[in-house]
Amino acid sequence: MGISPVLWQFLVKWLNASALFPSEASTIAPYMDALYFFLLSITGIGVLLVAVLLVVFSVRYRKAVHPVATQIEGSTLLEATWTIIPLGLFLICFVWGALLYFRIYNPPVNSMNIYIVGKQWMWKAEHPGGQHEINALHVPTGQPIQLTMISQDVFHSFSIPAFRIKREVIPGRYSTVWFQATTPGEYHIFCTQYCGTNHSAMIGTITVLSPADYKKWTEESTSGMSLAQNGERLFASMGCNACHSGNAAARGPSLAGVYGSKLLLNNGSQVLVNDAYLRDAILNPSQHVTSGYTPIMPTYQGQISEDGLIDLVEYLKNLSSNDRVQQTLTTSQSDQAAPSASGVVKP
Amino acid sequence: MSAASPTIVKLPDQSTATMPKKNFINAEHGLLSWLLTGDHKRIAILYLISITVFFFIGGAFAGLIRLELLTPQGDLVSSDTYNKLFTMHGVIMVFLFLVPSVPATIGNFLIPMMIGARDLAFPKINLLSWYLYIAAGTIMLTAMALGGVDTGWTFTTPLSTHYLNTHVLTTAVAVFIAGFSSIFTGLNFIVTIHRMRCPGMTWFRMPLFVWAHYAASILMVLGTPVLAITLVLVGMERVFGIGVFDPTKGGDPLLFQHLFWFYSHPAVYIMILPGMAVISEVVSTFSRKRVFGYTAVAFSSVAIALFGFFVWEHHMFIMGVSNYSALVFSLLTMLVAVPSAIKIFNWCFTLQQGSITFETPMLYAFGFMGLFTIGGLTGVFLGSLGMDIQLTETYFIVAHFHFVMVGGMLMAFLAGVHFWWPKMTGRMYPESLSKLAAVVTFIGFNLTFMPQFILGYLGMPRRYHAYPQEFQVLNVLSTAGATVLGVGYLLPVLYLAWSLKYGAIAGDNPWQATGLEWQTQSPPLTENFPEIPIMDHEAYDYEWLEHKTQHEVTHVG
Repeated sequence: MGISPVLWQFLVKWLNASALFPSEASTIAPYMDALYFFLLSITGIGVLLVAVLLVVFSVRYRKAVHPVATQIEGSTLLEATWTIIPLGLFLICFVWGALLYFRIYNPPVNSMNIYIVGKQWMWKAEHPGGQHEINALHVPTGQPIQLTMISQDVFHSFSIPAFRIKREVIPGRYSTVWFQATTPGEYHIFCTQYCGTNHSAMIGTITVLSPADYKKWTEESTSGMSLAQNGERLFASMGCNACHSGNAAARGPSLAGVYGSKLLLNNGSQVLVNDAYLRDAILNPSQHVTSGYTPIMPTYQGQISEDGLIDLVEYLKNLSSNDRVQQTLTTSQSDQAAPSASGVVKP
Repeated sequence: MSAASPTIVKLPDQSTATMPKKNFINAEHGLLSWLLTGDHKRIAILYLISITVFFFIGGAFAGLIRLELLTPQGDLVSSDTYNKLFTMHGVIMVFLFLVPSVPATIGNFLIPMMIGARDLAFPKINLLSWYLYIAAGTIMLTAMALGGVDTGWTFTTPLSTHYLNTHVLTTAVAVFIAGFSSIFTGLNFIVTIHRMRCPGMTWFRMPLFVWAHYAASILMVLGTPVLAITLVLVGMERVFGIGVFDPTKGGDPLLFQHLFWFYSHPAVYIMILPGMAVISEVVSTFSRKRVFGYTAVAFSSVAIALFGFFVWEHHMFIMGVSNYSALVFSLLTMLVAVPSAIKIFNWCFTLQQGSITFETPMLYAFGFMGLFTIGGLTGVFLGSLGMDIQLTETYFIVAHFHFVMVGGMLMAFLAGVHFWWPKMTGRMYPESLSKLAAVVTFIGFNLTFMPQFILGYLGMPRRYHAYPQEFQVLNVLSTAGATVLGVGYLLPVLYLAWSLKYGAIAGDNPWQATGLEWQTQSPPLTENFPEIPIMDHEAYDYEWLEHKTQHEVTHVG
């Protein structure tokens, strides 16, 4: 009885298209795989050992050949052996795993930053140069890339199996992960934290390009406005510049060069100004009052989207002087001054 | 190696055994005599029937999940239905099957008998515990009938508090009540083991079954209240918006996960320790040899219970917790793996120099040892920080906990049910059919869950309704395995039911086991023993048993 050739071809194609081991497409992947094979071999040896013990004892001491059981209390030596050897092996797994963990979650200083916003049920990627992508991400090879991620609603989790990286994307808090891609190609992006109805549709494709292709891509797909430029507009339209003008008499502290500095707060504590601090200070200002200023800033909770916050953060990151802030302020105040002078009837 | 001496055990001739005229089953008649009983054995039977029902409801959901995953597209059910299926599969299996499975049935039946007591310390609380279980089950079924719930069994906030319109509160109430059922069982066991041991039954003469249940009971009593608190907070957040878990109100969404896993990790040990309890008894009995290193096995149970409380954060390594706290929790996770390794090797060496026979419970116990070893060692993958990044939230973790919970716990549960079936019912199950079921279960299990490890490393996320094409072959294998597994689980229900009427009469001690429960009639009297026994020997003392039977023979002759 032969198998139908059509069915046979289908089966061959199906099996060829199926995956057994993920591709290694990042610098971290070989390290992860090394630990994986080490753990696999421990498991293999452990299971084999148990199986051999069970089979050998079952054959040698089955009732037919060994009708009389010999009572044994135990053996401290043997028991110490199988306490200490597994413990030693597990400690190796612990140290090895910890080294890998710290490597994956501590980005190198020269990495390029891309923002990721997760929401039900899509991934939005925002490049500093103003490229926006949905369920897609373009990155170059040979360059460490840090993802700064936040969720707009529920917990999501950003996973690229071919890069062996994954990190939870949390509402109300930036989380980061980094990678350096090695092989151009297209790989899966998955949301791995259950996030509601279309959880399994929250997938995307990461396209790894050679540096030259990447340059071409960035030029072709820019929206014309960088994140920082968007941020500057928001800074003016939300009226932030009224207080954070950099004038000596301003009601808010100057924000030029604040990113990366150590700031003394009203409550006496010192904080490092990073993305997370800036975001928190905008949303929850009363908890983050700079020393010497009064807590008069209103909260912006619910008034700026996560994308807007990213624009603002990116703007403040690159803000080195207050010249443009003051320029914008003068322009906008003179804009307002004109209609109010003629249109409002004074009592 | 110390005291080595030979033991010969002759199995009794079952053809002469007769059903005892008076026993706990025929002591009283009528439905009310069961529903209002205080007898721990009757309550155990009530529990056994109810958890079997819920097991098959949960199993049906699992079957639908596997059927959906046969093809990469989501084509059998809608996304929302799929999400409800895996949620209800998880909730039912964890809270209504695994947690009460061995303790509330086999443990309930045997703990008083093993320590030579007439009943548990609080028979009415024991019955209340079953009613709470039934209340929880009824509420859960109601929630399902009204449309179900799709939070995942983990109830993760803010998804469960702000984003879903399904029956989250109803399910939370059901789990809350089931928690109290579990607390009452644990409390009852602790008090009974402390206060009601028969004369001569010192702590180190207790069967290891009792030790493991003692450890599990401590976890139930100390851990479950935290689950209750967490669910109340979820309810308050959902109804009143108190904001504990809401970042826009100054709350912390991660706090929920800390609280939830503070219970739900120890809960894993609540589930597996009673399974280990069964394995100790079965392996010793069918090797006719005392458990190798009794003290080490006893204390490893206690060690698991203690360490079990301090590893919860290993569920959250990728969640943006401090890297240094992750280090501490990873180290503690490695430590908690050691007592389990000790147990496995001690059971293996119990076989050495034994006189081994291979009845069904022993086959299930062998299955347990193999599958639990894989389940335990794959846990080390997940405890190892870097590796966890790739594996967590994928099918690897699904495979891992099914190896522990189904390959380990369910195998142990079936080993226990077969082992004590003659004691509970007075009749034997059909041996060859049940051996077949054990083998079918083992094969089906491996076929179902082995491919999922590979899928996990490939990165296939858990709880996916549809998946990329290249994962299909492994998913088809897994679904095929689930079909075999389903047959393996249906068989025991059929032949055990058959054996109630047609099984061979078992006699008092068909396995020639040493536990006190075997030294009385099967099924036992309502008061367990005609007179309270006196424990004058160590646990698993096969020489004592041999002398006892010889003595009985001369007495009769």
